[in-house]
Order: sequence, then structure tokens, then C-alpha cells
Amino acid sequence: MSALAVLLVPLGFAALLALLPGYRISARLNVLASFIALAFAVDLVIHRPVAGRYLMVDDLNVVFILLNTFVGFTTSAFSASYIRHELETGRLTASYLRFYHAMFQLMLFGINLALLANNIGLMWVAVELATLTTVMMVGIYRTHVALAAAWKYFILGSVGIALALFGTILVYLAARPVVGEGMDAMVWTTLITHAQDFDPNLLNIAFIFLLLGYGTKVGLAPMHAWLPDAHAEGPTPISAVLSGLLLNVALYALLRFKMLLAANPLAIAPGPLMIGLGLLSLIFAAFMLYRRRDIKRLFAYSSIEHMGIIVFAFGMAGPLGNFAGLLQMTMHSLTKSAIFFSVGHIAQVKGTQQIGEMGGLTETHPLLGWGLVAGVAAIAGLPPFGVFTSEFLIVSSTFARAPVLAVLVVFGLLLSFGALLLRLTSVAFGAVRGPIGPVKASYIPLFAHLALVLTAGIWLPPPVVAWFQHVAVQLG
Amino acid sequence: MTVLDMIGALAAQGAQMFLVMLAAPLLTGYVRLVKARLQRRRGPSPLQPYRDLLRLLRKEVVLPDTSSWLFRAAPYVMFSTTWVAAALVPTFATDLLFSWSGDLIAIVALLGTARFLQALAGLDVGTSFGGLGSSREMMFASLAEPALLMLVFTVALIAGTTQLSAVAEQLQLPQVGLRISLALALIGFIIVAIAENARIPVDNPATHLELTMVHEAMVLEYSGRHLALVEWAAALKLLMYASLIACVFFPWGLAPAGSGMASYGIGVAAWAGKMAVAGTALAFFETVIAKMRVFRVPGFLGIALMLGLLGTLLLFVSRGL
Amino acid sequence: MHGLAFDISHMLAGLLVLVSLAMLYQDRLFALINVLALHALLLAASVAWQAWVHDAPQLYITAAIALAFKAIAIPMALRRMVFRLGIHRQIETVVGTGLTMLAAIVLIALSIKVMLPVTAGVDPVAREDIALALSVVLIGLLMMVTRRNAVSQVAGFMSLDNGIVLAATGAQGMPLVVELSVAFSVLIAFIVIGIFLFRIRERFDTVDLQALDRFRGEKL
Repeated sequence: MSALAVLLVPLGFAALLALLPGYRISARLNVLASFIALAFAVDLVIHRPVAGRYLMVDDLNVVFILLNTFVGFTTSAFSASYIRHELETGRLTASYLRFYHAMFQLMLFGINLALLANNIGLMWVAVELATLTTVMMVGIYRTHVALAAAWKYFILGSVGIALALFGTILVYLAARPVVGEGMDAMVWTTLITHAQDFDPNLLNIAFIFLLLGYGTKVGLAPMHAWLPDAHAEGPTPISAVLSGLLLNVALYALLRFKMLLAANPLAIAPGPLMIGLGLLSLIFAAFMLYRRRDIKRLFAYSSIEHMGIIVFAFGMAGPLGNFAGLLQMTMHSLTKSAIFFSVGHIAQVKGTQQIGEMGGLTETHPLLGWGLVAGVAAIAGLPPFGVFTSEFLIVSSTFARAPVLAVLVVFGLLLSFGALLLRLTSVAFGAVRGPIGPVKASYIPLFAHLALVLTAGIWLPPPVVAWFQHVAVQLG
Repeated sequence: MTVLDMIGALAAQGAQMFLVMLAAPLLTGYVRLVKARLQRRRGPSPLQPYRDLLRLLRKEVVLPDTSSWLFRAAPYVMFSTTWVAAALVPTFATDLLFSWSGDLIAIVALLGTARFLQALAGLDVGTSFGGLGSSREMMFASLAEPALLMLVFTVALIAGTTQLSAVAEQLQLPQVGLRISLALALIGFIIVAIAENARIPVDNPATHLELTMVHEAMVLEYSGRHLALVEWAAALKLLMYASLIACVFFPWGLAPAGSGMASYGIGVAAWAGKMAVAGTALAFFETVIAKMRVFRVPGFLGIALMLGLLGTLLLFVSRGL
Repeated sequence: MHGLAFDISHMLAGLLVLVSLAMLYQDRLFALINVLALHALLLAASVAWQAWVHDAPQLYITAAIALAFKAIAIPMALRRMVFRLGIHRQIETVVGTGLTMLAAIVLIALSIKVMLPVTAGVDPVAREDIALALSVVLIGLLMMVTRRNAVSQVAGFMSLDNGIVLAATGAQGMPLVVELSVAFSVLIAFIVIGIFLFRIRERFDTVDLQALDRFRGEKL
């Protein structure tokens, strides 16, 4: 029941928001809808329903559903206060806001559906829906660059989605002789129980397509070309959602299929491929961080880098690697969205996204400045934040098994740390540059996220640890 | 085999050789007539090429000062290689006496020799027209020959052999079924045939404008019996290609070896009918389409190459299943 | 060797690959849209034949959707759009036709080489459909990569989609959910494409994506 509610609430509100004209009401309704969805998600965690043919809740997706609805809630709260400023400066008009809020809820619906889906076809449809809604939101400013970014995102995303569908068809083909024709061969819970009897060659090829397809949406190099532009040119709440939620959902889809492959003893371990892609993304993004002059692009490449680390962790596999990957996914989602909240505040105050034109933030806006510092410290992997825990786990488990790879990972981490530190000092400290008007939007989402990350760094709730450990074993 | 059988087989093979040699100008004349009729002209009689050949044979040969022995010898070699190639293609019967040598690749090689000599003869004279024609011809050939070989490969994969009589017999069997590779190969063959015979859209056989000449440019300096042999060779080439396409893709009506005069007669009639259809189709196609610019011809021939490659690939798909 | 059923499905799939190749060297937009319509028509025929051979009536619906939307409605809309954008007289410089065609042939060979051994346990019609569908997908990708005009890229994407639908129908018994959703999402995708194409025209007076490149936020 709650599962359906988590889906229907955003959908219903999307329809409602598409019709309401006043932006104030729709902003508040947006927050309300996200809160209701969050409430139902909490209920889902407490009372887990039995898996149906279309929807299911298990240890893997329960955390992400909760995370998704929570980040959706905080982002909608941030968006409500942020949008007002955008209206005032004239970047957005009231009619576009109606579109924006409806798309926001529709996107949350899509992501929830992808997370809850028990049917691999349904999961694919939901990921595509989420992608389409974000494409439309990225282009919402209608400037030259926004349209170019949205078009690139759309084309690359569609190609990725198409390849992922091909992989899904191949998985169905592998399942058909064992499970029989029809809907059953697409139900994930059925697939996982029979996975050891599937044709391993077919599964291998299917996974390659899925890795390339969903990997494009995760933003792995070399399929990452859409990511920096989409993050930089869309409204800041969308950047937060892209980094925090959409990348995770695509990776989640990939993990589902990795579990299938892990259950089949003859299938080639997808590890080396994932390790390769992960390392490539990590090091490539780390180098790219140095020349960024736009603050949103900087953190977009940071997202690519973190996704690289996560995929690397899953590629290393083993209970420790998988656990670290899952933890990193959660922590990155919270931290990156927090950073984008702060970036949104900064961009609104300074009126620009260029790093060279902003400075001395801790002097003029102490709360915001130190919030940014905390966020960047978190994302760079400094203790006591949660990201440090997961990165430390990854490095130590890799060092035990393949020291060379661990050296590469550390190299990438240090490189990115250096770049982020460099940019941070120029923005947060140093001479005051740019306008110093007051911040109009609310700080609460930013600090709520940071608090959560800090807590997680010190103390992880035992149920979460248990779930992650269980899934880590299943991931092989 | 008894002596009578031997004589009979020899007679059949000889009949094919002479039939081909004598029918070639008729096909060219027929194509010209149909083209003229399609363009609302009366057109010359289909026997006109014979009269042209006779006239040329009686005329004096004028040789350019700058030519060498190659120029004089080339027409003979061209004629004989093209005649042999045309004679080896089964027209009304398969498994004739010399059919063991009627191999697709051998035929391609024979035609290649003829083309090579023609190009050399064009260069031999030392004029710019000759060089222009030869270079264009070689450019087309460099694409047409691989395409032809690829198509031969496709057909050979289906039939299991490159010997033409065996190919014809194999492709008559019902196991062949509906094959898209054959359809692609047919289209490819037609494209190559058009290019090799210097027909529109690749080259205009009736033109003498330098911008559009290819074949005509190479043989511009010939006269008398040399020109007669060259023109006869060109007619034989057209007949050979038409017979080849008919034999491989429409092999019905071919008399099997050693059957009586009746089935030979049916074979001849069937072959004549196929040639008539081919001639009409060619005339129609030439009237409808415009000549291509020279730099686009490689693209045109590239299509034939692609069709051959695709046909082969599709064959591998159906074989691998 | 194989029955008539196999021969016909082989022929239709082969023709689909052939038309994909033909799409690669079209440099005029109206011709490209016509070839796209032919592509969708062949897809509809192939799907309908599969429906008849495997006695799967839901595939007729997919064939009808492919015919109505992708072979008729979408090319008509694209033609009108091209006319209104005023780009129907442009000749697009297709990057090295010969090289592109060779690359396409290599992709076909590659997909056959990869997919045939892997699908050993499946029945012949499905096997060759999947192998040739993958080649159509890869050729569609090649087209998207080598073209600069937005309409050509959309055509490449449509042919990619057709390849995937072919693969989906080749996999017998795939539930209607996926087929409908594939068709549905193509529809949505097209609407979005349409919006974008018009917006790009509004903003740039051209559909040339290299012009868009000038407005990229940051180089690299």
C-alpha cells in the first residue's frame, strides 16, 4: 500500500501542479507532495510489503527510496525559496514555473518507480521517464547554452537508454529458456532465483550493453560528455537532483544486473571492466577539476569522479568493496546535493557562476562560507564526514588485494583534493569579490544534509549497516 | 564416349561459340532500336551493326605515327579474349564440352586482360584523349573488379562452386529458396555490368564529347578492321554480361548436357527471350536515367561492392544458424 | 536448408540492414526522411511477419504502431518541420561516405560475429533477428556520430530505435508492456525532439549543431 502511495503521490501532484497557475502555491504544494512521499517511504521502511509482480522492496532499494524521497523533500524546500529569486531576476517566468514543478514531481515519480520496480522492463521505462523530465528541466532557461546542454544530454541519454534496453532484451533472452516466456522472465525476484541456470555468454554480452547504456547515465568516462553541461546550465535544484538522485538510480539499475551476474558462477566477473571504467572516470575527472572556471562545472566533474570511485568499488567486489560502494553512494548523494544548495546560494548572491568573480565568502556570509567549506571538506573525503569512511574502506580493501590499483585510487583522490582545495580557498577565503547582498533562500536543507553526513561519519545506524552488508554479499 | 557423341558434343560447343559471336551485334542493334523507339524516333534496323562491321572490315587501316605494335595487336587479343569469355558462359545448354573451363573467376580474368590491353592501346597513341579515357577506365575498373569478385564470391557461396554450369544447375534446385543475398547479388551484377559495358549512367556509348567519353576515348584512333574488331569485342562483352546474369540468376530453360535437339531448341529459344528482355530493360533504363558525373561513378560502383559485401555477410548469418 | 518462414524473415531483416546503409549516404533531407519512412515500413513488415509465424497477436499491435507512427506520422511531421525551418535545400556534407560505409560493414560483421555464437540456444529466426538488429542499432549509432545536422541525428536515433524494436520482437514472448512502452517512449521522445528542434531554430536560425558548439559553456 505504501509502495503504491510513494508512487501515486508524486504522480497525482504532478498532474495537479501542471494545472495550478500561481507559483507560490505550487512551490508550497511541491514541498508538501515531497513530504508526503517521504512519510510513505518511512512507512515502507518500517512495514516492508511482500514483493509483487511489479513492485518490490528489499534491502537494496529500501535505503535508496528513503534517500530519494528525503533528498527530494529537501531539494523541493530549497527550490521553493530559490525560485523566488529566479523570478525576481527574470531568469524564469511564471508560466515556466508551472512546468518546472510538474516536471519535478514527475521526475520523483519516475525515480521512485525505478527504485521500486520488480520488472526489469518497468525499471527501464522509469529510468527513461526520469531522464526525459530532467532533460526538459535542464533546458528551462531557454538560453543558447541551456538548449545546447539539454540537447546534448538528450541525445547521449537516449543512446544510453537504447543500449540499456538492448541489454535488457538480452537478459530476457537468457532467462526465457529457464523461466519460460512471458512476464515471468522479466520479474527480478524470479530472475535472481534462477540466475545460475542462465546462459553465461548471453549474460556477459547483456551486461556489457547494460554497463555502456546505464553507464552513460551514471556519467562514467568516456560517456560523460553530457554531465558537466547539464549540471552547469540547468537550475541549481536540478543540478542537485541530477547529482544526488539520477546518477544513483542509473547505478542502482546497473547493480541489479550485477547481482544477476554474480548469481551465475560461469558468467565473467564484470569486475575488471567496472574497475577500468571507474579508474578512468576518477583520474580523468580529477585532472579536469583543475581547469574549471565555472563553479557548477567544477562540482559536476567531482560527481563524475565520485561515480568513478563507486563503480571502482563495485568492480573490486567482495563484501567490503560492495559495502563501501553502497555507503559512498548514499553519502555522495547527500553531500553533493548539499554542495549544490550552497552553490545555488552563492550564485544567487554573486550573480555569476564564474569562480574568478567570487571570493571572501566566509567574511561576507559566514554561515554560507563555512557551510561551503564543510561541504567541500566532506566531498573531498576528509574525516569526520561520511565520505571519508567509505573512501577509506575502498582504499584499504583494495590495498589488501591489488596494491597498484589502490595507489591509482589514492592518486586520483589526492589530485581532486588538491583541485577542490585550490578553488575552495579562492572562493571561501581571500579577498572579497563580487556583490555581497543578502541570501534570500533558506539554509536549512544545506545544513540538514551536512549534519546527516557528519553523523553518518561518526555513527552509522545498525539497521543500515545490516542492510548494506546483506546486499554486499548478494552483489558478489 | 563414342565418336558420334564426341562429334555431337563438339558440334554443340562450336554452335555455342559461333552463336555468341554472331548474335552479339544483333543485341547491340536491338538495344539501339528500342532506345530510339522509346525516344520517338524510327531508329536504325537491328541488323545495322552487321553492316557497320562489314563496311569497316573492307576499309583501309590508318595508323597513327606514334603508335607501336601494341596498337596493332591489341584489337585481336581483345576480340579473342572477349570471345572466349562469352563462349564459355552457358547460353542454351550446360555441361558442354569445354564447360569445365567456364569458371567465373577465369572469366573475370579474361575480361580483365581485355580491359588492360584496351587501356594500354589508348595510352599507346600518346594523345590526351587516349590517356583520359584510359585513366577513367582504370578508375572504374579498380572498383568494378573487386565488386565483381565479391559478387562472384556471394554466388559461389550459395552454389558451392564457381564453375558456371554447376552454378546454373545448383541454382535451379528448390533448396535455394528465397534468398536475399541472391537479390542483392543480382542488383550488384547489374550495376557492374552497366559500368563495364560503358552504358549510361556510367558512360555514353553514343557520344564523342571529350567530357563524357570513357570507352570511346580509348578507341578513338582505331579504323578499318581494327575498329571492327574493337566494336565486335564491345558487343560481345555486352552479350556476355547479359548471358551471365541470365545464366546465374534466371537459369530456367537451360538444357542439361547430352539431351536431344528438342531441348537444345528450347534452350536457344529461352536464351533468345532472355536476351530480348535484357536488351529492352537496358534500353529502358538508359532512356530513363541521366548520365552521372565522373566523380560520382566510384560511389555508384561502391554500391555494388557494398551489396556484395552485405550479401556475403547475410549468407554467413544464415549459414551460421 | 530453412523453411520459407525463415527465408522471408531473413529477407526482411536483411533489407532493413540494407536500408540502414542507404540512410548513411543520404545528403538531402527529404530523401533522408523518405528512407526513414521506408525503414519503419520494413520494420512493420518484419514485426507483422514475426507475429504471423509465432502466432503472437500482440505483435500485430506493435507492427501497427510502427507503421502508423514511424512510417507515416513522424516522417510527415519531420517533412513539414524541415520545410518550415527552410533547410530542405541544404546539402549536408556527409563525412567521407566511403569510409563511413566501410565502417558500417565492419560493424555488421562485428555484430554478427558477436551475437551468433552467444545465442546458440535460441531458435534460428530469433537468432538472426537479434544479430541483424544489433547491426541496425550500431549503424544508427554510426549515423548519429557522423552527422552534424540535428534532423539527421534524429533520423539516426529513429533507426537505432527500430533496431531495438526488431530485437524485442525477435525475443519471443516478450511481454506487451515493454513493446508498448518502447513505442510510447519513442512518441514522447519525438515530441521532445520536436520542441527542441523548434527552439533551436528560434535561437540559432540553423539546425547545424556545430553552430551550437560555439555556445558551449566551456571548451572541453
